[in-house]
Amino acid sequence: MMRKLLFVLPGIAFILLAAFLVQGLFLDPSRIPSPLIGAPAPQFALPDLADSSRQVSNRDWTGSPYLVNVWGTWCAGCREEHEVLLDIARDSDLPILGINWKDQRELALRWLAELGNPYSAVGADLEGRVAIDWGVYGAPETFLVGADGRVLWKHIGPLTLEAWRVDFLPRLAGQGS
Amino acid sequence: MIPELGHFALVLALLLALGQSWFGLLGAARGRVAWMRAAETSVAGQWWLLLLSFAALVWSFVRFDFSVAYVANTSNSLLPLFYRIAAAWGGHEGSLLLWALILASWSAAIVFFSRQMPLPFRSRVLGILGLVSVGFILFLLSTSNPFDRLMPAAPEGRDLNPLLQDFALAVHPPTLYLGYVGLAVPFAFACATLLEGRQEVDWARWARPWTLVAWLCLTVGITLGSWWAYYELGWGGYWFWDPVENASFMPWLMATALVHSLAVTEKRGLFRSWTLLLAVSAFSLSLLGTFLVRSGVLVSVHAFATDPSRGLFILGFLVAVIGGALTLYAWRAPALQAPGGFAPTSREAFLLFNNALLVAAAGLILVGTLYPLFMDALGLGKISVGPPYFGIAFLVPMVPLLLLMVFGMHAAWKYSRLGTAKRPLLMLLPLALLAAVGLILAGYDHFSLAAFAGFGVALWLMGSSLVAPWQRRDRWRSLPAGFWGMTLAHFGVGLFTLGVTGVESYRIERDLSLAPGESATLMGYAFRFDGTREVQGPNYAAVEGSFTVTREGQPVTVLTSQKRLYASGGNPMTEAGIHVSPRRDLFVALGEDLGAGKWSMRLQYKPLIRYVWLGALLMALGGLLATADRRYRVQLRQEEGQPA
Repeated sequence: MMRKLLFVLPGIAFILLAAFLVQGLFLDPSRIPSPLIGAPAPQFALPDLADSSRQVSNRDWTGSPYLVNVWGTWCAGCREEHEVLLDIARDSDLPILGINWKDQRELALRWLAELGNPYSAVGADLEGRVAIDWGVYGAPETFLVGADGRVLWKHIGPLTLEAWRVDFLPRLAGQGS
Repeated sequence: MIPELGHFALVLALLLALGQSWFGLLGAARGRVAWMRAAETSVAGQWWLLLLSFAALVWSFVRFDFSVAYVANTSNSLLPLFYRIAAAWGGHEGSLLLWALILASWSAAIVFFSRQMPLPFRSRVLGILGLVSVGFILFLLSTSNPFDRLMPAAPEGRDLNPLLQDFALAVHPPTLYLGYVGLAVPFAFACATLLEGRQEVDWARWARPWTLVAWLCLTVGITLGSWWAYYELGWGGYWFWDPVENASFMPWLMATALVHSLAVTEKRGLFRSWTLLLAVSAFSLSLLGTFLVRSGVLVSVHAFATDPSRGLFILGFLVAVIGGALTLYAWRAPALQAPGGFAPTSREAFLLFNNALLVAAAGLILVGTLYPLFMDALGLGKISVGPPYFGIAFLVPMVPLLLLMVFGMHAAWKYSRLGTAKRPLLMLLPLALLAAVGLILAGYDHFSLAAFAGFGVALWLMGSSLVAPWQRRDRWRSLPAGFWGMTLAHFGVGLFTLGVTGVESYRIERDLSLAPGESATLMGYAFRFDGTREVQGPNYAAVEGSFTVTREGQPVTVLTSQKRLYASGGNPMTEAGIHVSPRRDLFVALGEDLGAGKWSMRLQYKPLIRYVWLGALLMALGGLLATADRRYRVQLRQEEGQPA
């Protein structure tokens, strides 16, 4: 009996493997969960892109939900999502805070002048310190922060209207705004 | 019209594949000779139809038929003819069609070359292969039809992935597929044996040459892929432990184990159920590789095609084929009797260790490849497993394998006896170690224990493989081809080890930025950057950097490296400049334009790297020699002599 069991073993191992593979098919390998989700949003205070004598801090926006968008003029995906950000800025009154990541001030300002400015305020993160606090892998990334100051969602890669509808709006609805 | 013809031929081929499995399996079960003959006719018909289908696809490429979606996706009007033909297997759909054609070719080859097998057994083998073929053609027709039309037709194609526009990569997939698909043959032999509950081990002798050919194709395919990655990807590495590479390497390890275990089963009638399981596993891993590559379950630089419906189909197919075979195994294998035993240092014992270690290596690589998937599926987080794991996981079983090999190839069957080889082997050890020290002192600037051990083992192994031919030098002509094959293959393993040790211990890589006229020195070679110029190719524009290499003031060579922008767009591709010599490669890859004539670049010194591929090719050549062994041919001739 024990000997027979030995011959069944490869089959059982394979069934286990197949079960994992089935599940693997339905996992999205590009979805990287952020430990930030559910945690209080990291505070930041950055020099304002337009006027470096002033500071942009997300502390000023607590009490209502807001978006944080990490971008740079060097990033192709940021140009891709720019239209979407403009749409969101136009259609909702949700403030969008920009973190201009490892960029050059003149280039960033020209970008906003040419393509339109969806941001309520933009902080310049030249050294990438703030991006590290926020666990940014690469631009663009977009965070949704709730009224209680907790991170509700993180989107990696260019934002799409589809992702906005599916991932952001329902979470925003729970905020009652 | 031509593409529709190809499509139609594919549908007919599916019907014939169904016929092949139906008549093959049922004909054998019911003992109807006419049915079994019909299975063979189906094989021939299917082969011609698939050839026609494939020719129709190639024709569409040659004639720039951009109304075919696949052609429009993988070629354009600037692509040279050679690459347009290679583009037929440069994408997902076409490579599957080639896969199906190769499978049918293996079936046809069995009809043609294996007349010595009893008809029912051969018929079952063809039936099993027919089932596999049904699965592949269904997959093609349902999710990956290469003949789908574009409405309206595209005015211009998108072009073949520039990475694939290269000779080695044009021939790499067909060779690799020959190996992958070839493993279906021993798989079919194993299933047929289990189906019949065959107690004789004659199937092992029939399966050996087929397994060897599949194994050597796999060896050559992997080697070509590694060589291509070295000069084309621009990084100068030859192996990356990428999931797709692992997908080809695991079946190779299993097939290597199978080649050895078949020898034991054929000669001594031992390891029967183990050999069957290996035959099943080797092909299973090659199917699993297809699944991993084609479903996008694992993200990798190679993931050219990712589509969940395709993934589901292959997974279903995988479960049917592998699950079916393993069920058959659990049901029938326990009844197989193992006669006799063997002494602890007999050849059987060495081969048992060989098998255990090779399978362990394949298992460790499988775990590493799938580990991120396991963790993700269990919700334990996203992680990736990199070269450090694989390096260790591979080395741990390989070191004992190499050491055992030194003795194993001289061991006698059944008894613990190394015979006359023992003394020369022990004498070779200090010689090999001495030579290793000499090699390090003469060639390199520092002593490393790992390099000493690696060179020592490699040289000992190479010496060991030459002992037997030396002792039999007075009767070389009468030695069988199988003996020479084994000698050459084992010598190749030694050479491969030498190369890997050299390049891993003493390679030098420098990332630099140089302005024209500036130089950098690596291991005594001075590289002077002479600036760049514009170059125009057939379907790309390039910037070519030129480097003058000198050693102690003497000119060595002039290297050029290109940064190509293809007309079809996409990222720039790097063409490395490489100077080859038996001792080392010098490797230059142009990086980014830093402005003011300055460029970033990567210079590399790669000692002994050629022996990595040369060793692998010697292994394949050894396999080829062994296939030509008289034992396999004599059967054929005897059979031809008999009245039909």
